[in-house]
Amino acid sequence: MLENALRFMTLADANVRFVLLGSLLIGATGGLLGSFAVLRRRSLVGDALAHAALPGVALAYLWTGSKALPVLLAGATVSGVLGVLLMQFIINFTRIKADAAIGIVLSVFFGIGIVLLTHIQRTGSGNQSGLDKFLFGQAASLVEDDLKVMSVLAGLIILVLVLFFKEFKALIFDPSFLQSLGYSTRWIDVLLMGLIALTVMVGLQAVGVVLIAAMLITPAVAARFWTEQLNKMVLLAAAFGGASGIVGTFISSLAPRIPTGPVMVLVATFFFVVSALLAPKRGVLARGLRRQHNARREAQQHFLRACIELQEKLAQQRAWAIEELAIEMGHSPDKVKRIGRQLEKAGLVLRQDGRFSLTEAGLEEGLFVVKSHRLWEHYLYYRTILDADHVDRPADEVEHLLTPEIIVRLEEILARERGIDTEQIINLHGTGSQYRRGGRE
Amino acid sequence: MSQNTHPIQIHDMTIAYHKKPVLWDVDLDVPEGQLVGIIGPNGAGKSTMIKAIMDLVPKASGWVKIYGKDYGEMRKIIGYVPQRESVDWDFPISALDVVLMGRYGHIGWMRRPGKEDRCIARESLDKVGMGDFAERQISQLSGGQQQRVFLARALAQDARIYMMDEPFAGVDAATERAIIDILVTLREQGKTILVVHHDLQTVTEYFNWVIMLNMRVVASGLTREVFTDENLQKTYGGRLTVLSQAAQAMAEQRRGDR
Amino acid sequence: MIEISGSFWIVLTGVLATASCGLLGTFLVLRKMSLLGDALSHAVLPGIAIAFLLSGSRAIVPMFLGATLFGLVTTLLVEAFHKKWQVQEDASIGVVFTALFALGVVLITAFAGQVDLDQECVLYGEIAYTPWDLLLWGEYSLGPRPVWILGGVLAVNLLLVTLFYKELKIASFDPAMAVSVGINATLIHYLLMAMVSLTTVASFESVGAILVVAMLIVPGATAYLWSDRLEVVIGLAMFFGMSSAVVGYYLASYWDSSIAGAMVVVVGGIFLFSLLFSPNQGVLSRLWQRLQLSLQVAQDHMLLALVRRDEEVEERARLRPDELVGSAAVLGILAQMAFRRLRWRRLLQQVDGMVELSAAGEQVALGLLRKHRLWETYMNRLGLPEDHVHAPADVIEHFISAELEAELGAEVGDERDPQGKQIPPSG
Repeated sequence: MLENALRFMTLADANVRFVLLGSLLIGATGGLLGSFAVLRRRSLVGDALAHAALPGVALAYLWTGSKALPVLLAGATVSGVLGVLLMQFIINFTRIKADAAIGIVLSVFFGIGIVLLTHIQRTGSGNQSGLDKFLFGQAASLVEDDLKVMSVLAGLIILVLVLFFKEFKALIFDPSFLQSLGYSTRWIDVLLMGLIALTVMVGLQAVGVVLIAAMLITPAVAARFWTEQLNKMVLLAAAFGGASGIVGTFISSLAPRIPTGPVMVLVATFFFVVSALLAPKRGVLARGLRRQHNARREAQQHFLRACIELQEKLAQQRAWAIEELAIEMGHSPDKVKRIGRQLEKAGLVLRQDGRFSLTEAGLEEGLFVVKSHRLWEHYLYYRTILDADHVDRPADEVEHLLTPEIIVRLEEILARERGIDTEQIINLHGTGSQYRRGGRE
Repeated sequence: MSQNTHPIQIHDMTIAYHKKPVLWDVDLDVPEGQLVGIIGPNGAGKSTMIKAIMDLVPKASGWVKIYGKDYGEMRKIIGYVPQRESVDWDFPISALDVVLMGRYGHIGWMRRPGKEDRCIARESLDKVGMGDFAERQISQLSGGQQQRVFLARALAQDARIYMMDEPFAGVDAATERAIIDILVTLREQGKTILVVHHDLQTVTEYFNWVIMLNMRVVASGLTREVFTDENLQKTYGGRLTVLSQAAQAMAEQRRGDR
Repeated sequence: MIEISGSFWIVLTGVLATASCGLLGTFLVLRKMSLLGDALSHAVLPGIAIAFLLSGSRAIVPMFLGATLFGLVTTLLVEAFHKKWQVQEDASIGVVFTALFALGVVLITAFAGQVDLDQECVLYGEIAYTPWDLLLWGEYSLGPRPVWILGGVLAVNLLLVTLFYKELKIASFDPAMAVSVGINATLIHYLLMAMVSLTTVASFESVGAILVVAMLIVPGATAYLWSDRLEVVIGLAMFFGMSSAVVGYYLASYWDSSIAGAMVVVVGGIFLFSLLFSPNQGVLSRLWQRLQLSLQVAQDHMLLALVRRDEEVEERARLRPDELVGSAAVLGILAQMAFRRLRWRRLLQQVDGMVELSAAGEQVALGLLRKHRLWETYMNRLGLPEDHVHAPADVIEHFISAELEAELGAEVGDERDPQGKQIPPSG
């Protein structure tokens, strides 16, 4: 095992270099095309195509007696494309829906392939070992000639992709716009499908028909978590794919009994899981943190508002006891204390003898929150015929979200339509604001 | 009539899809025996409201009472006609089968529809003028006929309250007439019918009660009283940008919360 | 004691497995969940492998628990990725099932020594070994174990589908309605998924993962091409599945190939046959209908040509057959066929190598002309200019029913069309 690993690391063996380069090509082309396949909602069509390639491999062998890769891939391409055409025909001409059509083509073609493979094996006209690597893939079997074929195909795929990048991009985001520019979306779609087919062919020997679809789907979905831009997504997916190819091949070389395809897929899945957890904006972790941040901000704003409303209600400016705030906010004293400490750190409140008072900055922020809250209450009250007793709760939620622009508009509307002087909406020195509605008392 | 015997009472109900509020703070009391039109522009929350009454979408806040009780206890007395596009009309069943589904709520788990249920289903089909099409597979019916089958299914539910989601969308004039005749008959029998409706021209002719919606209830009451230019202007005037801006802000802020 | 041959047991195993698959598969197809079925049958592999490793045997209970667990994980993950992380639904299915299947294959190959399963079995099963895998009761053999397991599974499936038939039906057709009458559609969904998991596990050893997919989806979809009644579709699906098991077995021994593979080839053949020949949905019947329509149109055109000529010359006009055929304005061979059909219907008569309308032919032709001109007039009334109304009327005339004709007649009420030509009276 160690020997194997060493042989790999040093790249001394020419064969090892071929295998690695091959895996890199497979992963990278898979990632490139996969991005388009996934965004165009063709991911499982790739799966159907791959499964449908199997009988082509077997028939090409039966027909020519040759196991040369170009011959087998030609057969695979023909039967794969035939499968996709049949699928499209079923969808267009019968009431069978797309999902069942994919399932039918995938499983029936695969069944035919299995019958042919077992037939070849048992009639002993040649041993099957050359062909059954097409099921789950055997990267170690790649030789120089295979690599040449794969390189040519990969080169072709990349060339076409570069030439038609902007058309493919338009096809994904706005097909009708593409059509209005005079392009035939149908032919661009066919071209994309053709490229997906070629990509499947590149990976067929090393990954196998059963799992090659994952090399299209998984790296692309992983890349999607990191970026909103297509070019970046495509490159990132290619990188994930290439890395999965190389790492997968390396791991499976340590235990030759395990086929390469599944290992590559598991490595790609690892990248997917890592991306889903850690990606900066869309990742699970980032979302969790953001949610926590929002909740904290909401609680803090409630605290500030409570201070101001107490001041307004009791017409006195002083430090508030935790118990007073707890009643006003409807929270437990412990929670109030915790929020107060956070605000103290932020410099918005002062704490003295277990009592809290607003700082200059705290007052300013608090006034903004109260104003948002009241403006919104008024808006709901006047515009929606709500009863005064339940405008408060929705305002509780909305106050944290109103942007300064919305506030300005609200002020305009209320001033114009209701003659409300929004400067008077908070009254810290009287016995509560005449504009205060609702409330929890 | 005392307050809690109203067929439908909604209190302070807010509905949000993906955290984005689509209906704010609805308060409604619908009295018995009314043929009610629910009108409003696209995206005003019309379908959402009847789905929320039937617990098909979750409520962010508020409650709904049916004759003073929770929906779960009263579901047998509510008949539902969803939008025609909401189902797959290629499904391999006959018109009669669809209508029989109206009886499922009365039959209970694991039991089969009996002779009486079949009888009711046939009668319902006859009432909508589709008696001759009972055995016809549903994809072979025209749009108007499909809508009538849906109506027959609701009739078979033998309900006291009916909820209909755009029953007049994409049907021919004859079907529209037939449907409205049946609705009027139902109202005369004292049933309460809520209909999501698009065509402002026919509101006064069809409905004696109207609910005008645009993300919140603009007006609700007797058609002759509330179906006014002022309320129409409020409903369709598009001056609710602040409400939808706030909804958008909520959706964006909370997107990370999921 | 009667000696039962090995082939009997193999075929019986196949029949039991395909019957279960056909029964459940119909619902998968109709609920547009074929791909979830596909994903499920792949994704249960690690569950089966782990159950093997832990229990060290092929006992059905641990395998079922493992498989159901992973089946549930698949459903939940697909939903979570799709709904929470906004991954497209098909892509999330793709990510989940390929990952789990890969995990399963790696487990099986890595622990090949301990696990009595191999890659081939995963893909296409070991139905051929059925007769030797006996269930023993003390010293007596009760027959092959797979037959008992699959028989039991089929019984459970039949029982559940019969009990919950009404609920399955409404939850598949109109889930919102189901919920509104108090039938829990989510519960039905998971019940179906559990049945599919159970069936997959039980059939797995016999037919393998991917071929289970074939037996789930193909018979249901095929039956859907033949019937409009749910009960019949289910019955046919089971029948198609079971007969492909029988025929597939003999085909496999003839070709010397995988039995499960051959069963799939047969069911694929039945599908292809249905795709071509089914009476409503089949390609040939569609083509036939289209041909009939073209023939009808060609005949109508010839009749119209003759009756218009009659009108011009104000007597019974005669045309050369080739002139008449040319007036049909369709492909030559179609026009010839239409011509022959007109003569066979005795709407034309031949006089001195020329053709003219018979009395019956004139009746039909005048009727057509009436429809054509009524439509022209009607469209003209709606504000279309005169020179715009002929072409659409040429198309619509073939499709105007008697009722529509009556309605148009009442609407138009005129005797003249926009060009001032007379509209023939009805009847």
